[in-house]
Amino acid sequence: MGTIKVFVGTRKGAFILTSNDKRKDWKIDGPFFAGWEIYHITASPVNPNRLYASQSSGWFGQVIQRSDDGGKTWNPVGNNFSYEGDTGTHQWFDGTQKPWQFKRIWQIQPSVTEPETVFAGAEDAALFKSTDGGMTWMELAALRQVRGNLWQPGAGGMGLHTILLDPKKPGSIVIAISAAGAFRTDDGGLTWKAINRGLNSGSELPDPTAEVGHCVHNLAMHPSRPDTLFMQKHWDVMRSDDAGGMWREISGNLPSDFGFPIAVHAYEPETIYVVPIKSDSEHFPPDGKLRVYRSRSGGNEWEPLTYGLPQKDCYVNVLRSALAVDQMDSCGIYFGTTGGQVYASPDGGDHWEAIVHDLPAVLSVEVQTLS
Amino acid sequence: MIRVVLPYQLQELAGTGREVTLELSGRVTQRAILDGLESRYPMLRGTIRDAETKRRRDFIRFFACGRDFSLDDPDADLPESVAQGRDEFRIVGAMAGG
Repeated sequence: MGTIKVFVGTRKGAFILTSNDKRKDWKIDGPFFAGWEIYHITASPVNPNRLYASQSSGWFGQVIQRSDDGGKTWNPVGNNFSYEGDTGTHQWFDGTQKPWQFKRIWQIQPSVTEPETVFAGAEDAALFKSTDGGMTWMELAALRQVRGNLWQPGAGGMGLHTILLDPKKPGSIVIAISAAGAFRTDDGGLTWKAINRGLNSGSELPDPTAEVGHCVHNLAMHPSRPDTLFMQKHWDVMRSDDAGGMWREISGNLPSDFGFPIAVHAYEPETIYVVPIKSDSEHFPPDGKLRVYRSRSGGNEWEPLTYGLPQKDCYVNVLRSALAVDQMDSCGIYFGTTGGQVYASPDGGDHWEAIVHDLPAVLSVEVQTLS
Repeated sequence: MIRVVLPYQLQELAGTGREVTLELSGRVTQRAILDGLESRYPMLRGTIRDAETKRRRDFIRFFACGRDFSLDDPDADLPESVAQGRDEFRIVGAMAGG
């Protein structure tokens, strides 16, 4: 019998939700790091006992916590995220230029091959790498050379929020930044290129098809098909089948093509999930109905998944890192809301049930599948 | 002996109680206290002042003897009562919502 652990980062601490493969009865542990913002908490795919958490606070800055016993005990590791060299400047909200300033770590992505290697995505946007389990961090600074002066913060800040690692090619990394776009390296971070061709941001940019500046909200990739990338942009759901060389829109019949997270089914690389949100200003589900949408055709044709989800008077949001899948035989889907609910579906989205109702606002959800 | 009072969040992070004590040799200044504190509790590096620039974080204040020392020169001598442990050196998270 397998075990599922759902790692939930919230505005006021972290929680670990544990169940078996039935995913019916859950044990709730936490809050860990109570009172701190936990932008991300996740496990190493190589060493399941190795967990990392990004703990931050407007008062006390950034702390990285590490557990080597599956989350029972935690210890702070390195939190010195120093930018390499002269950072130059990026655009500010008003169009003026502003120097890079470190604020927090949005995303932690442990290597899929090296147990002591881990990546961290920062605000202001940068990618850091550690090869000693998070004790020390080095910026992969060439990323900023890709027209960093034209990057700008989205409403949540100029965060590097998504890190995708190619399981077959350790040097290939795809990242996304709001609002700069998507970028990739194929040499471990020595050189980077923007991969934003095909994106159209006419509502946000003076040049709708600019090389950089797009507000990419999230990316997803199935590990068996690293050249196929899915994107939830500020507006538009997109896909690329050539490793980001060109994107095409797959929003199809979605009630809104705005949203934050996007995820791929564990075993069906053409089955993808989004949570449409009404925008630009509201940022809650259309018509007060919380609906996950699933496409089994890689986009364009979408079906609403509603069974067990509130279908009236629901005005929560689902943030970009708050949707995840497990790897049980029947793929489970999980998401957390700004209202503090964490919903689980043990059958690919057909049926949903809340694991918890009343956590602090959920920032991130990750899932670990243990056999 | 210097008595340093930490805010709750940093007590939790460092695994201390409300107050920690430090023995310092030489002048007792903000910088000397924070250097001593971070040396004994490395997990506090970066949480009170920037790890590189040593600049006080925006939402951190330093109080002692009924006074706010936050904007004082970090290398200025602190009052004798702090140096002798009669008064606490308080590290405080600024009042803010959330």
